[in-house]
Amino acid sequence: MNEIGGVPGTPGPSGSPGPRALPDRSRGWLARAGTSWETLLLVVAVAIFLLNAQLSPYFLDPWNLSDATFNFTEKAMIAFAMALLIVAGEIDLSVASIIALASTAMGFAVQLGAGTPVLVAVGLGVGLACGAFNGLLVARLGLPSIVVTIGTLSLFRGIAYIVLGDQAYSGYPASFAWFGQGYVFWVITVEMVLFLITAIAFGVLLHKTSFGRAVYAIGNNPTAALFSGIRVPRVTFILFLLTGLMAGLAAVCLTSRLGSTRPSIALGWELEIVTMVVLGGISILGGSGTVPGVVLAAIIMGLVTFGFGLMNVPGIVMSIFIGLLLIAVIALPVLGRRLLRARR
Amino acid sequence: MGGLITRRDGLLALALVLLVALVAWRFPTFATPGFLGGVFTDSSMLIILALGQMTVILTRCIDLSMASNLALTGMIVAMTNTAVPALPIPVLVAMAVGIGAALGALNGLLVWKAGIPPIVVTLGTLTIFRGLIFVISDGQWINAHEMSDGFKALPRLAPLGVPLLAWSAIVVVLAMALFTTRTGTGRALYAVGGNPDAAVYAGIDTGRTRCIAFVIAGGLAGLTGYLWVARYAVAYVDIAGGFELDVIAACVIGGISIAGGIGTVVGALLGALFLGVIKNALPVVDISPFWQLAISGAAIIVAVLFNARAERRPGRIILKRAERAGSSTDSTMVSGGAS
Repeated sequence: MNEIGGVPGTPGPSGSPGPRALPDRSRGWLARAGTSWETLLLVVAVAIFLLNAQLSPYFLDPWNLSDATFNFTEKAMIAFAMALLIVAGEIDLSVASIIALASTAMGFAVQLGAGTPVLVAVGLGVGLACGAFNGLLVARLGLPSIVVTIGTLSLFRGIAYIVLGDQAYSGYPASFAWFGQGYVFWVITVEMVLFLITAIAFGVLLHKTSFGRAVYAIGNNPTAALFSGIRVPRVTFILFLLTGLMAGLAAVCLTSRLGSTRPSIALGWELEIVTMVVLGGISILGGSGTVPGVVLAAIIMGLVTFGFGLMNVPGIVMSIFIGLLLIAVIALPVLGRRLLRARR
Repeated sequence: MGGLITRRDGLLALALVLLVALVAWRFPTFATPGFLGGVFTDSSMLIILALGQMTVILTRCIDLSMASNLALTGMIVAMTNTAVPALPIPVLVAMAVGIGAALGALNGLLVWKAGIPPIVVTLGTLTIFRGLIFVISDGQWINAHEMSDGFKALPRLAPLGVPLLAWSAIVVVLAMALFTTRTGTGRALYAVGGNPDAAVYAGIDTGRTRCIAFVIAGGLAGLTGYLWVARYAVAYVDIAGGFELDVIAACVIGGISIAGGIGTVVGALLGALFLGVIKNALPVVDISPFWQLAISGAAIIVAVLFNARAERRPGRIILKRAERAGSSTDSTMVSGGAS
């Protein structure tokens, strides 16, 4: 919490001696343009959509598109909560491991004969408990979140490995499949509905409530926030709880979709989710960014993955593209601003 | 702080000795020189990588791309060896260090010149480097029979009875100890991480120093890339996958502060050895290797709890007290000065 949660992303841009964390001022023209980041993302999303439609005749099929949403819905649910956490200057790298642990707990519950409602409760409960553990270490004990969650990343998945080893749980009840495989109406999947609900919920929480304003205040200056009467540790703790809860929800969806649990489930998702959040325009230094941006980033990543998939491009090559996109998207505004300044 | 050995390093060394003693109590063979030497050799690559990561973390940055850099460099070196078996091995080793350093320089320049937060840069290059391996190798494996004998034998050569793999770790440890305690650039690492603003006023180019740290980390990752591929005699897309987190874990256990400016070579060495001992002790005491991940996770959390006490800076005590007062009950305002 001190000095932006010890997130090691606090260098003065390009070694300038100026103040280190003033996103509002250093991003002046960007912030003033307000929606421009989201507009840019929207343009990119539409462009990729049209390109995909041009390149593959199979793209515009509603069922194909519906299937494509599975690429991002589960990750996006977590990304929304993660977005708030990163706005507040913290980070949670343990989310994928929470999925593994929650999924393992659900698998264990199945062996004891649990029904669908109990399974969902177990998944969400384990997610909440893991989030509370992270929150306790970061918010109450004041430890740097990046290190704590690297530790719990190993710990949570490690427990899943201890329980399961090289085994797998399966035999989930048929009614449990509804979350990951069910359709609400025509091609609209249950996961899509959950995606929309969580997007709206976190959008409202961040942009329309005093809690959301507190999150921005903490991200910009935790000390000033504290002295303005914001209960910083409490807000941080709640954010970790929410992130854990969303990881639990994603675990329910993913487990239901796959129908089985292995300890390597959702391996490496934490980095994809952080990429999604940063691509969505959330500053990794905290203090700025919006939920709609993350929604668009999630859709872009889903479209790219799906489009490349239709062109038979292997997944690992797509990841090069995502990596380049991530760096380019962050670097371009910085370089553009420098160019603008040089011209003056 | 900043010396070669700190009190915390002593505590960690004690913990390490206790750990070894505990295992040896049940299984005396574990404490024999031969066995412990094997553990050191097995930890060599983690030690080298941890020292690279340490230089970066000291400057308040982080390098998540080290394992991908290792894998990419290893693949390039292995492919070169397969294509031109006559090329002398020292040339290949120099090539590995060079390629690794170049990849590190890419990270460093993006952090320095483009002003992108290091965690974002290296998150990006982590996936890009890994993807490039697939592109250049077309997803194929380079197997033992395709590599030349000299290529595979080098890490196993044992001058003075110590494998070259262990020698390389020893040399890197000594070089880094000299670098961080006896050179201007080495001291600049601590200054930049301890207080970047003050470092600027002391005449240190923070961006350049960070870039140098990334180049060093990259070069060491490249060296490890050759060692890894030669030792296991195989190169494919996923080698050392996820190893970047083990490296950071070794640093955290070694007492290197993620907030920059605090940490020693001895600490990083001990942190890496700690993980190495756990990894090698589990099969000896007949615990399933599946426990390893959870144990290292728990060790990280315990270590960071310890670090937090050491890192509390005297200048911030007043503010800290105010923060604690503010967080427990309704805030009683104490003068909030130093930051």
